[in-house]
Parts: sequence; C-alpha cells; structure tokens
Amino acid sequence: MAASSKKWVLGVIAIAVLLPLLQPVFPDVVSNYRLFLVSTMIIAAIAVLGLNLLTGFNGQFSLGHGAFYAVGAYTAAILMDKLNVPYWATIPAAAIVCFIVGYLFGLPALKLEGHYLALATFALALAVPQILKYKWLEGLTGGVQGIVLMKPEVPFGLPLNEDQWLYYFCLLVMIVLFWGAANMLNSRSGRAMMAIRDQYMAADTMGIDTALYKTVTFGISAAYTGIAGALSASAIAFVAPDSFGIFLSIKFLIGLVVGGIGSLLGSVLGGIFYVLVDNSAQSLTQFIRNDLGLPFDLSAYTVFGVLLIAIIYLMPMGIAGGLYMAYRKLRGARA
Amino acid sequence: MRTSRRGFVAGASAFAVLGTKSAFAQKKYDDGATDKEIKIGHTGPYSGPASSYGQIGKTIEAFFKSVNEAGGVNGRKINFITRDDGYSPPKMVELVRQLVEQDKVLCLFNTLGTPTNTAIHRYMNQKKVPQLYVATGASKWGKPKEFPWTMGFQPDYHTEGVVYAKHILANVKDAKIGVLMQNDDYGKDYYEGFRDGLGKETGKIVKHVTFEVTDPTVDSQVIQLKDSGANVFFNIATPKAAAQAIRKAADIGWKPAQYLNNVSASVGSVMRPAGLENSQGIITAQYLKDPTDKQWESTDDFKAWVAWMDKWMPGANKADANHVFGYAVSNLMLETLKKCGDTLTRENVMKQAANYQKYKLPLLLPGITISTSPTDYYPIQSVQLARFKGETWDLFGDVMSAEGS
Amino acid sequence: MEQLLQQFASGLANGAIYACVALALVMIYVSTDHINFAQGEMAMFSAYISWQLMDWGMSFWIAFVLTVLISFAMGVLIERLILRPLHNAPVLSIIVVFIGLLAIFNSMAGAFWSYLIKEFPSPFPKADFGIAGVIGPHQLGVVLVTLIVLGLLFVFFRYTPLGLAMRAAAQNPQMARLVGVRVDWMLALGWGLAASVGAVAGIMVAHIVYLEPNMMGGILLYAFASALVGGISNPAGAVAGGFIVGILENMVAYAGNQIEKATGVYIIGNGEKLTVALIIVIFVLTVRPAGLFGRVVVKRV
Repeated sequence: MAASSKKWVLGVIAIAVLLPLLQPVFPDVVSNYRLFLVSTMIIAAIAVLGLNLLTGFNGQFSLGHGAFYAVGAYTAAILMDKLNVPYWATIPAAAIVCFIVGYLFGLPALKLEGHYLALATFALALAVPQILKYKWLEGLTGGVQGIVLMKPEVPFGLPLNEDQWLYYFCLLVMIVLFWGAANMLNSRSGRAMMAIRDQYMAADTMGIDTALYKTVTFGISAAYTGIAGALSASAIAFVAPDSFGIFLSIKFLIGLVVGGIGSLLGSVLGGIFYVLVDNSAQSLTQFIRNDLGLPFDLSAYTVFGVLLIAIIYLMPMGIAGGLYMAYRKLRGARA
Repeated sequence: MRTSRRGFVAGASAFAVLGTKSAFAQKKYDDGATDKEIKIGHTGPYSGPASSYGQIGKTIEAFFKSVNEAGGVNGRKINFITRDDGYSPPKMVELVRQLVEQDKVLCLFNTLGTPTNTAIHRYMNQKKVPQLYVATGASKWGKPKEFPWTMGFQPDYHTEGVVYAKHILANVKDAKIGVLMQNDDYGKDYYEGFRDGLGKETGKIVKHVTFEVTDPTVDSQVIQLKDSGANVFFNIATPKAAAQAIRKAADIGWKPAQYLNNVSASVGSVMRPAGLENSQGIITAQYLKDPTDKQWESTDDFKAWVAWMDKWMPGANKADANHVFGYAVSNLMLETLKKCGDTLTRENVMKQAANYQKYKLPLLLPGITISTSPTDYYPIQSVQLARFKGETWDLFGDVMSAEGS
Repeated sequence: MEQLLQQFASGLANGAIYACVALALVMIYVSTDHINFAQGEMAMFSAYISWQLMDWGMSFWIAFVLTVLISFAMGVLIERLILRPLHNAPVLSIIVVFIGLLAIFNSMAGAFWSYLIKEFPSPFPKADFGIAGVIGPHQLGVVLVTLIVLGLLFVFFRYTPLGLAMRAAAQNPQMARLVGVRVDWMLALGWGLAASVGAVAGIMVAHIVYLEPNMMGGILLYAFASALVGGISNPAGAVAGGFIVGILENMVAYAGNQIEKATGVYIIGNGEKLTVALIIVIFVLTVRPAGLFGRVVVKRV
C-alpha cells in the first residue's frame, strides 16, 4: 500500500513538473492563465493543509485561519516593499512570524474547547483586518489602501515566463511542505498529535506533554497557512485588508471539509475545490439562467450554497473520504 | 512573350491584393472584436458585503441586451461577459486574467471597487487592455501618464470632499466639524479631499470617528460626535449607516449643519428611511438624477430611462440609483464603441474614450457633461450642490468642477 | 457624563439585539447540539416575510404572528429535509451545510426583495418621555420583548412536558428514546422554535438597522460571542451575554475617547472596539471556560 501510494505521488509530481513544457504543444489548454489558476490552487492547498494539521490531525477547531494567511501575506509584502527583501526569502520569514503568532495564540486556546475555540479563532480572523488598519501601523501596512507589489521575476535567465516560474516556485514549496507534513505525521510526534485528537485523556496519562504538542501544532499549522499567504502576496502582487475578510477563513474550512479532514490528499483536493467551486457555481448559474430559463433571478451565490449542501450529501466525509469508500467498494467487488 | 505575360498576371494579382488590402484597411481588430461581435468584460460584487452594487452589473447586462436587440453597434453584437468577484481583490485578479487571456475581451468596462481595481491596475496596463470607466471614485484612475489604459467615470471622492469643505468655510461661522467615516479607502479618499479643501483650517475638525461595515449600528459614533460639540456633521457613509446616523442625530437632539456624501444621496434608500423630517436641510453634491426625486419625472432622458426599465428590467426597483448609474455609464460605453467605427483596436478604444468634448450623457444633471482628452482621464468632473427640502433635492449654486475648486 | 449615559444606553439597546439573536442560537444548541451559522440569515429572511405581509396590507401584529408561525414551519422543514439525512455526518460537515444555507438565504432575499435598504415599522408608540434621547421607545421595547421571550422559553423548558422531552432528547438521545420520546421529531421542533425566536429577533432588529439582506452579518458575530460568554446552553446567560457585549463594546470606545481627550494620543477607538471587546470575551472564557453563567460539565472518559 505504502509503496503503491508513493508511486502515485511521484507520478503526479512528474506530471505537474512536465505540465508547463506542454505549453508550446497545446497553447490553449496549458495557457498562462491556467498555470496561474493551478498556482492559486497550490497556494490554497497549502493553506488548507495548515488547517488540516490543526483540525484534522490534532482535533483543534479553527474558524480563523484567514488571520494567519493575512499575517503571512503582510509579512511578505512589508519585507518586499520596505526592505526590498527578495520574494523567495519572504517565505521562511512568514513561516517564522506565523509560527510565533500561532504558538502564542495556542496558549490561551489550550483552555478553550470546541465552540469556544471556534469563537476565539473567529475573533482572531475578525480582528486581523482591523489591526492592519490600526492608525499606528498604517505606515507599515499601507492602511486601507494596502500595498502594491511587483510580481516575482524569473531568475538565472531561465527560459520561462512569469506565470511558469510562479507555478514552479509554488509547486516546489508545496512539495517540500507536504513532504515535511507526511514525515512529521509518520513520526513519534505525529502519532502523539493524533493520539491527543483521538484519546486526549489516554495521551495525557501516557506522559505526552499535551500542552506543548497542542501549542506547537498550532504554531506549525499557522506557519503552513502563513506560507500560503506569503505565496499569495507574490502571486497577486497586492495585499489589502479587503482581501482577508472573514469569508476567507470560512472558505478554508469549506476546503478542509470538502477535501477531506485528516487526509493529506484531502488538502490537495480541498485546495482545488476552493478555487473551482466559485467558478463552477458561476458557470452553472449562467447555464441555468441562459439555457433552462427561470422565472426569477438566480444568483451564483445561491448555486454555491446548493453545491455545498449537495456535496456534503453525497460525500459526508469529504471527497477524499468518498474516493476511499469507492476504492474499498471496488476492491471488495473484485475480491 | 511568355515571361511578359506572366509578368502581367503577376502584376495584376498584386494589384488585386493591394486593392483588397486597402478595402480591409478600414477594419482593424484586436482580440475581442470581429465582424460579428465585440466582447466586453466586467466583474461586480454579486455576492458578499457589497452585493447591493451588483445591480449595476445587472443593469449593464440588460442594457447591452437591448442594444443587441436593436441591431448592435455598427452591425456588431455586444458579447457582455460578467462575473462575480465578491469584492475580493485576489478573486478579481483571477477573474480578470480569465477575461483577458481566455475569453479575450476587447476591454474591461466598469469593474467595481477601489481595492479590486487596484489589484488589476498594473496588470491591465502591462497587457495594454483598456480598463474603462471603472466604478469607483478614487482619484488614482485618472493618471494617463503612468496608467494610459485606465480611466475613471464618476467625479472623484477627493474633489467632492473639497467642494464640501469650501462650502463650509464660506457659509458656516465658527464651524466645529465632526466627521463620521467608513473605515476603508472610499472613506479615506473623501476625508483627505475634505482636509485638503479646508487647507489651513483643518483645526476646525473637532472630531473624526470611524466605523466598520460590519458594525450593526453607528449609534455609538454619533453620540461621540455630538459630545464633541460639533456644529457641522460630515457624513461619509454608505446608505445604511448614513441613514442610521441621520436618524440617531435627530433622536439624541443633535442639530448640526449636515453634509452627506453623494454615495448616499438617495431619497428612497437614505432620506426616507432616516425620516424626511430628520433630513431637512442636508447638503450633498450631485451629478446624476436621483430616480426618487420627482422633479426629474418630466425630463426626456428620465422618461426614456423609465420606459427602458419597464421593458428590460421589469420588476426591478426603480428607486435604486444603481440602475441610473448603470444606464448612464453604459450609454457612454456604447457611444465610445460607436465612435470607434470599424477600427476596434484597444488603442482606438482608449483614443476615442479620451476624446469627448462636452458630450451630453443621459441622466446627468443639466449642465454637467463628459469631457476627456489624452491628458484628462476624468470624464465627469462637475458636481452641483443640493439641499434637501420637502421630499426632493433642491439644486443651488453653480455647477462646480474640479479645476475650479 | 451625558455621553457616558448615552453610550451606556446605546450599548444596552445594541445588547438587546445581540441578546435576541443569541437566544435563537442557544435554542438550536440546546435542542440539537449545533451552532447554526445560518441563524442570522434565517432571521433576516423572516423579517422580509413579515415586511412582505405588511406590504400586502396586514397590520403589524397579525404579520408578526403569521411570520412566527411560517418561520416555525420553515425551521421544521429545514431539519426534516436537509439535516435529517445527515444526522450521522461529522460536526464540521454540518457546519459546511450551515454555510450553504447562509448563502442560499442571503442570495434569495436579495433576488426577491433587492439589496436596497427598507424601512421597517416599529410597533411601539412614538412616545416622548423623560429619557427619550438617551434610549428610544423601540429600544426599550426590544429589551422588553427579549425578556418576554426569555420568560416564555424558561416556562416552556422547565414546566411543559414537551419542553422537558426536548431537553432530554438533546442531552441524552438514547435514554430519551427508551422512555418513549420521539427524538427525531424533538430535533425538528427545536429547529422550529429556534426559527421562531429568530423571527422575533429579526423583526425587532430590522427597525433599528433597516431591512436588507446583509443586515445580520455583523450581528451574528456579536450574538455568537454573547451566547458563548453567557454560556451556550443557558438562555438567560445568553441574554445577559448580549447586554454585556453590547455595553462592553461601547465602553471600550468611550474609554478610548476619554484617553484621547485627556492625553491627546489615539490609542483605541471605534476601529478597535470590536477587537478589544472580543479579547476581553476570550479572556473571560479562558478563566471561566463554560461562560459566565454556564455550568461546567464533568466529562467522563
């Protein structure tokens, strides 16, 4: 099982690496825009993975991961804008800053459970855009106007365009981060994390330092999502408080649940879903409005809501869970 | 013999080629334009906190449908593609790249919001695709030197703020000004214009309070303003908060001279909910005809608009000023495309957009016209002050323009 | 001093709004063990129904009663049709369903009634009394209505067999089933009741903040905080929580103002009042994890 899944992963990575090379062959299919779209999916997948580490593998709720995403994005943006730090160097910087913020936030979170933790994280997501506009920080954050940035330039005279380079850069970061997460989850520490999720009391009695594990997990989770934020600052080349509203956090949560809680593959699927759901809701709305005809004005937001409910109906455990069930059924039928 | 004959044939065909070429020279197309259609891209906030502005996009969509029904523009149909950006800058970048690179639109038209348009500002200018008549009043859309592919539409908030400041300085003795400001870039633009207009007299602002769009009410803020002893109230808020503030001021017995930003100068959706008796004497600046103001009902362009609304947007609320805005700006786009003739290149679109001399656009106030040039990218620069009286706006004073103030 | 009094009163009035919505949140929680993120939007939708009925010529109170009944039916229907089939799904999946409902209600209201703000009438007489200016008649009315609803709920859950059965069904479904309680119908009833309470909240709030599809967006956050600070399973606590959050928020702004007046330095103000209020709420929760008025449930492993 492990060997075959490794083969799969390597295969997917190989395809992902070769993808831009197909551009001259199929210019309309593998366009710059599509590569950019895949880059945003990768960024979302990293953010969802961060949330998954906390919620899926450690059992702590968060309705506020948009806050860490914003902190990561602003860390990157301020470093690039004020200190002329190259974009690639902002990634570790954002990770460190977000780890510290996440770790500190994890301390009071130790005392909160379930809905109360949900509220506390929700509050964090609400507070961050306000803090970005705070009078004494305006010089740094640009206040309500935000910060306009330059897109990453292609290094070493590589024969790539900006979008191709951004894609490779995001892909590289994603591979490193997923590899790190997989290793961590397979280690002693990872098993301790999950033990805390499944059997808190037992884990505590067995001598696992639950408080330390929970706060460090919070930090790592925040760092992952913060890195995604830093990547997005480079990709979008603009940060503003309006980019990090409360709905961002909610969309990460949707990505997490629909992709699959407690599954690395689920995080990737969640990232893809995060980007695709809006677009598909919009095209579906166009289709229904133009081709079926309705007596009232249908909005894409309605279709978005219906899509969410339908997906949970079909796959209550998310897409990864649904795929796994289907796989088991197939195997069962063959045996 | 044979050679010369061949020479003759070759010469004749060369002539024919030249001939057809010159016939085609009339028609020039960039991406998004053909003999049959013109593709125009648009995004708007159909969902999310700013969804009330989604009506503008719906109006534009209906408008181009009506244009197509009537035969299109110079024989071409308009293919208007609109998407929901939810007022989110990152989403906007993604959608606009799709519009420009996949759908290959000729230009973007009336994309809405300051942060959203800022996110694509540089991209559009790098790609050299027109970002025309954007629906935001920030002053940064009129910089043809740095951003030759971006043009605004409405009078900018900054100018409007200056106009109020000048009026206060000239008319209110010992003004002590309290400002209520929505804490975002729109509010900030107004506030900075207002401060610029006060010049050396900024000390007259005795209190400046902000609110967030998520605040359920602005009661607390209005109480603070009253407590500051202000006798002038500058209300920089979107309709809901603006109406709440006017009502609260009356409730707590605060009676300052009130100035209300144009964004919320709607009789139907601000003055009435706030209470007509509470709204008397409020001053605002206008450039469009308020659809809930009875004084326009007999004017020709307004009648045409009402008839159009009845036919193309039946059931839509005519009190919504967004329909007026959408209709007016669509008319300008239509005129710009007409002026382009058969040269539907992006360059020519910008050239035509920057070539209006006192053009009369439907639904603008009498005396306000569209003027642009290669160095002037602000189509509407004039406003007129109005005072609320009874149930309508009473225009007074001269039409004031940006250069004048 | 006058400002302090007015800020206090305005905080009280806002608190009444939060309390009303928080009460609906508590209702759902007590009867189904979920926090319904769509509660605010459902309340908004109910307020629109009431507006529509009045627009068709009904008087305020007839529309009010009808709306409460329609909302009850709407709540029951949502439970039976949408949530019943998902009773085995994980908590987070249910939350996503709630977000879906939120999107649907919000956009449908916009499609049916447009996004323009509408006036919503107040049933309370426009009396001019001593403390008018500090607190208006409608604000006082909302406080009163909130307390009445709270009283009714208290009586219902404490003394009626149905109320007791509902509580039993939520707290211990297996045992309740054994003693003959139709647990699944109790859940549906809980939804109906919560939707009704939400409808009352929506109607009360709509006059103050004006009727529009996004009117509940901000309020739900405050209500959420109120319910938790008071103890999510305690209706009286939620109401108290609402008032606490409302007043706290205004006091933060007031304090910031006074500091600025005294020292000339801006430290906190309206932009930060929500943040500061939430920090205080979270601090309270870390000291008293079950909320101010909640009981700590001893967990058995």
